[in-house]
Amino acid sequence: MFAYIARRLGAMVLILLGSTFMIYLLTAVSGDPLEELRFSTEPNAQYLIEQYTKDLQLDVPAPIRYFLWLEGVLGFLWGDFTLGIGLDGAPILTAMSLAIPISIRLVITATILSIIIGISIGIITALRQYSRFDYSVTFVAFLFYSLPIFWVAVLLKQYGAIGFNDFLEFPTITTEWIVGLSLASGIFWTGIMGGDKLRLLINFGVSTASTAVVLFFISSTGWLVEPALGPVLITVMAVGVALGVTQLSTGISNRRVTIISLAMAALTPVFYFVMQPVFSSEFDGALMPLLALAAIAVGVVSGLVFGGDDRRAAARTAAIVAFINAGVIVLDRFMQSWNEYMFDVAFGRPIRTVGDSTLDLVGDYWITGIDAFTHLLLPTAALMLISLAGYVRYSRASLLEVLNQDYIRTARAKGLNERTVIMRHAFRNSLIPLTTIMAFDFAGVLGGAIITEQVFGWRGMGTIFNQALQRVDLNGVMGVVLVTSISALTFNLIADLIYSALDPRIRVTK
Amino acid sequence: MAENKNTEAQGSEELLEQRETAGLSQGQIVLRRFVRHRAAMISLFVIIFIILFVFTAGGIQLGTAEAPFRIPGWWQWTINDIPEFTNFGEPTLDVFPEFIDGTGVQIGAHPFGQDTIGKDYFALVMRGAQQSITVMFVIGIVASIIGTVLGALAGFFGKWIDAIIMRFTDLIITVPALIVGAVIGIQIGNLGVFMLALFLGLFTWTGLARLVRGEFLSLREREFVDAARVAGASNRRIIFKHILPNAMGVVIVSVSLLMSSAILLETGLSFLGFGVVSPDVSLGLLISQNQDSFTIYPWLFWWPGLFIVTIALCVNFIGDGLRDAFDPRQKRRITRKDRERAKSEKKAA
Repeated sequence: MFAYIARRLGAMVLILLGSTFMIYLLTAVSGDPLEELRFSTEPNAQYLIEQYTKDLQLDVPAPIRYFLWLEGVLGFLWGDFTLGIGLDGAPILTAMSLAIPISIRLVITATILSIIIGISIGIITALRQYSRFDYSVTFVAFLFYSLPIFWVAVLLKQYGAIGFNDFLEFPTITTEWIVGLSLASGIFWTGIMGGDKLRLLINFGVSTASTAVVLFFISSTGWLVEPALGPVLITVMAVGVALGVTQLSTGISNRRVTIISLAMAALTPVFYFVMQPVFSSEFDGALMPLLALAAIAVGVVSGLVFGGDDRRAAARTAAIVAFINAGVIVLDRFMQSWNEYMFDVAFGRPIRTVGDSTLDLVGDYWITGIDAFTHLLLPTAALMLISLAGYVRYSRASLLEVLNQDYIRTARAKGLNERTVIMRHAFRNSLIPLTTIMAFDFAGVLGGAIITEQVFGWRGMGTIFNQALQRVDLNGVMGVVLVTSISALTFNLIADLIYSALDPRIRVTK
Repeated sequence: MAENKNTEAQGSEELLEQRETAGLSQGQIVLRRFVRHRAAMISLFVIIFIILFVFTAGGIQLGTAEAPFRIPGWWQWTINDIPEFTNFGEPTLDVFPEFIDGTGVQIGAHPFGQDTIGKDYFALVMRGAQQSITVMFVIGIVASIIGTVLGALAGFFGKWIDAIIMRFTDLIITVPALIVGAVIGIQIGNLGVFMLALFLGLFTWTGLARLVRGEFLSLREREFVDAARVAGASNRRIIFKHILPNAMGVVIVSVSLLMSSAILLETGLSFLGFGVVSPDVSLGLLISQNQDSFTIYPWLFWWPGLFIVTIALCVNFIGDGLRDAFDPRQKRRITRKDRERAKSEKKAA
């Protein structure tokens, strides 16, 4: 195993050397970094050309200049790491260290969300194979897959931001919209639930009516301007979360686990009141992960203590319930600051079309959090629409493949109920081939999303790369290439290792 | 779910499946399955129609931008004409008959409107769509030839040949398409979209090569390969006559998906300014030029986008249909009509 990893790492270094050399030469022949200056009529143009030539060693031919660049990169071995300076004279390393967090913030939310939502939809379509729902989702997935992201981005800006912000001035939903949206949601949920004709009708009626009620409530109370959940709604949601998670994890018929998760739900309003003073405007964001861990710990401990025979299942379920419900409490706290953000910071137009954050924003943890959210919303939606489709298709195919396996037949023959067969036997195995795709996606995260960053004006790695390439700024291009190729190769290796760990039939040391 | 059906129904479905494929060659089975994939068939017709429409309407322009050689199409304007503004540049196309909006169905002088300086947008979009379709096919052909040959060599010979080719593949994977676009833009200049696609094809074969290699790795261990070798077939003959036809399904499916991503690649590159550059047009470039005027001239934004989406969607559906057709495990959906027909035939017999 270690020999294998060592061999792969060795190969990785060689590939890196080869690919960076190739890209360096390609970029070098793509243009002349001094072209603008050569045609410039500025009196000091000649001086600047000489200066740049000296600073960037442009008099050295590119194949040899590569080794000068490499020397700086290999400097990390003796503590003298440098990526060189850009055409503007600023060190690339500094620019990169500013850009990487922005790129990660942009892409990681979209990636994680599309993995979760995509796989969920994929599984439902696989379970309802050849249903109308399956066909419609397949069509929509292909449609999203065929969309150019810059086109989607412009549409989102127009209707998701400008249109929605206009709407927020007079946030009443017209009757036509309520009827249309309710019918759409009714059709969607009926498609997911399935069943015979009577059940279809009931599902359709219930989901249409409840959507209509919710929309009416949102419209008449001005909820979008002053959103809040409040203790009552939080309790109701907590109970819903508890029942839902339990149903997926062990089934409601498991009394003990159900009672423990309901207890978690009952604790939620208590914690809601306890946390309000803690979530003041002086709240330190660094505490948030600790609080999340605390919530999980409460769930795990109560599951282990009261779980009886099903200790592990109970701990798992309770931890998930506690985590989600803690998230609901935090969400409510963010909502409480929404009104302040919307009118004091955003001047009534909260959804942003450009930039990664409001410049010179002064505000507490909650305000900056909302600010990040309003900036993230559109680019995340654009990225998600496109990568979601892939996950839907892959997870559907993967689950269908698994459902044809003999061990699924065996599981059914043993008399296991459908939930156990799907969630425990089929679902977990269907995730194995998906790990490879996920690993590649995460590798892409670091490179940022060049087009998305450009359209939404984010200053991430994609922007650095794009601008550097336009100006033939070799060091800038190479800085980004270095990060992306290292992450691509690393995640490639990780994918192979995970794959062999999850599927014992695959040996990495062949 | 299949398990819930009674065994009799399942048995008859299997019979149905077997009888439908009895006496047919593999190619015929695949063709039959593809023809039955409704979305794929519709897409195939749509894309053929679009290709014919686009190339006949805009005419074909060969040669360089400086010295073009053109075959005129049936449309009255070209991308270089700058006619007078009519209808304030808005699209004159009207597909609604008179009783809906008061005006009859008409095409008018500028069905897709005019751009900001008055050029006929229909001509521009036709030219852009031509570029996209050209890119799609050129990348598809170049990448599938390179990918198939390298993947076949790596998978068939194994050992050090395999190691070298696969490391070379890893090397190529790390090169961003944007750089390729930039290099071609500067070095080769305006040789047009054909050269751009040719070079992009040189860098997009990697996924295909890996797939073909995997397929060859498993196929070369099969008995028919041993049989061919014993019969004295050369390596070249085994690769191209014996193994490759069996791996063709993987190749075709993967190439069709590659082609749909090629369209998005070209439009993305042109959007960023690294692909097709002015004065020539491409769909990505048209969107890039007009994205800021969406509120005033929305049609400048909608038409090229609709063409990109339609072409990419059709190619994706064709790819899906091919995948279903080539996958022997793929079970066709047995409709009620099939079952009734089977039952009535059984009764008759």
